[in-house]
Amino acid sequence: MAYEMNFTPVLARTPELISGTIDTLILSSQSIGIGLTIGLAAALLRVDGPKWGAVVSATYVEAFRNTPLLVQLFLLFFGLPYMGIRLTANEAAIFAISLNLGAYSAEIFRAGLLAIPKTQIEAGLALGLSRLQVMRYVVIIPALRIIYPSLTGQLTLTLLGTSIASAISATELTLAGAKIESQTFRSLETFLVLAAIYITMTFVFRFLYWLVGLWLFRRRVPKTGSAAATLTLPREVES
Amino acid sequence: MIQSFGWQSVQFLFHGLVWTVGLSLCTFVGGGIFGLLFAIARSLGPNWLRALVAGYIQLVQATPLLIVVFLSYYGLSFLGFYFPPLAAAAISLTIYATAFLADIWRGCIEAIPRTQWEAADALALSPFQRLRYVILPQAFQISLGPTVGFMVQIVKNTSVTALIGFVELTRAGQLLNNMTFQPFHVFLTVAAMYFVVCYPLSWWSEKLKERKHAGTAH
Repeated sequence: MAYEMNFTPVLARTPELISGTIDTLILSSQSIGIGLTIGLAAALLRVDGPKWGAVVSATYVEAFRNTPLLVQLFLLFFGLPYMGIRLTANEAAIFAISLNLGAYSAEIFRAGLLAIPKTQIEAGLALGLSRLQVMRYVVIIPALRIIYPSLTGQLTLTLLGTSIASAISATELTLAGAKIESQTFRSLETFLVLAAIYITMTFVFRFLYWLVGLWLFRRRVPKTGSAAATLTLPREVES
Repeated sequence: MIQSFGWQSVQFLFHGLVWTVGLSLCTFVGGGIFGLLFAIARSLGPNWLRALVAGYIQLVQATPLLIVVFLSYYGLSFLGFYFPPLAAAAISLTIYATAFLADIWRGCIEAIPRTQWEAADALALSPFQRLRYVILPQAFQISLGPTVGFMVQIVKNTSVTALIGFVELTRAGQLLNNMTFQPFHVFLTVAAMYFVVCYPLSWWSEKLKERKHAGTAH
């Protein structure tokens, strides 16, 4: 018996799909904002912090990298009320996804911080760059350039990972899809449409990351008149 | 019936853990076989095949695993097949692992310098012999660290199949939570069990990556 695809009942729910997509984008961007902040803090604590800081940071990173996101969600959503902290599904989702991304991005940031040798910073200072210029041209931009591919890859995984938050009924695209599926009984069509939306989002974001990368890592020439201009140093630093 | 969290509960979760490990092994074997074929096709095949495999990798990597799992479980049954949760879980995880492993291994194959191909050619090895005796053994060495690292992802991602009712560790945790109403104990134990499986793999993966770097430094 052949199955006939019928997308009409699913496409009739376009407004719900659109608001689901927007919810997913909001959930992702909130989690990414908080997660990257946690990740940077954890990486700095690990690399530059006191000994206990390094231990705390490493424990956090290993604990979150070696357990599934779904279990982290369950633990925060169902487990925390047990300790007297009650979170809504959306808060628990943001919390869990941020902590998860924080652990992964901490390792990425750490790799970036370790990639810039101390001698390179000293060389920058010796060439007459100000501390701010050294920070910008010698440390942050080159380090960011090294970790950029793995960082954006991780952000894509985080965007796709938000679908798991539907398991605790946080409002996002997969939950909207599951509702449509249960009311229309058009499972295959519903999930194909969801897949198409996620694929589109991923490709759009990859393109945006690429554009931002072009802008961020463009060749920089300091304004004429600055001490470094005569040395044409930043060109060297860039490569 | 409400029971409290005790030794019996841990045993119950342990049965779930056995299924998690079993499903992970199935996924790794399935994903490994297809991943290797796809990696070779992607790096050495004719242009049309490369484009096809690249398209597959791009699409699967841009779809959430949960959607792949739902598509296999709910979706494919409408095509006239019924997949029990175990089969749907194994199929969807294999689809997912194939895409990622093929991508990892393609990078490893392409990392072998051209000169190695030319040297093998100069030794009058057939195309198959070149691959079998010269390229793949070297690519294998490079691939060990990332491959073991991806095994951690496989073990963790089997948890998603709990959402189609496959009783592995996470689903066992959900069921136990419904019986005991002690979510904190239950999910902390579940997390600890995943950690016990995943942490040694992560550690091993890091060691293999370090060894690779040590090797290239000489």
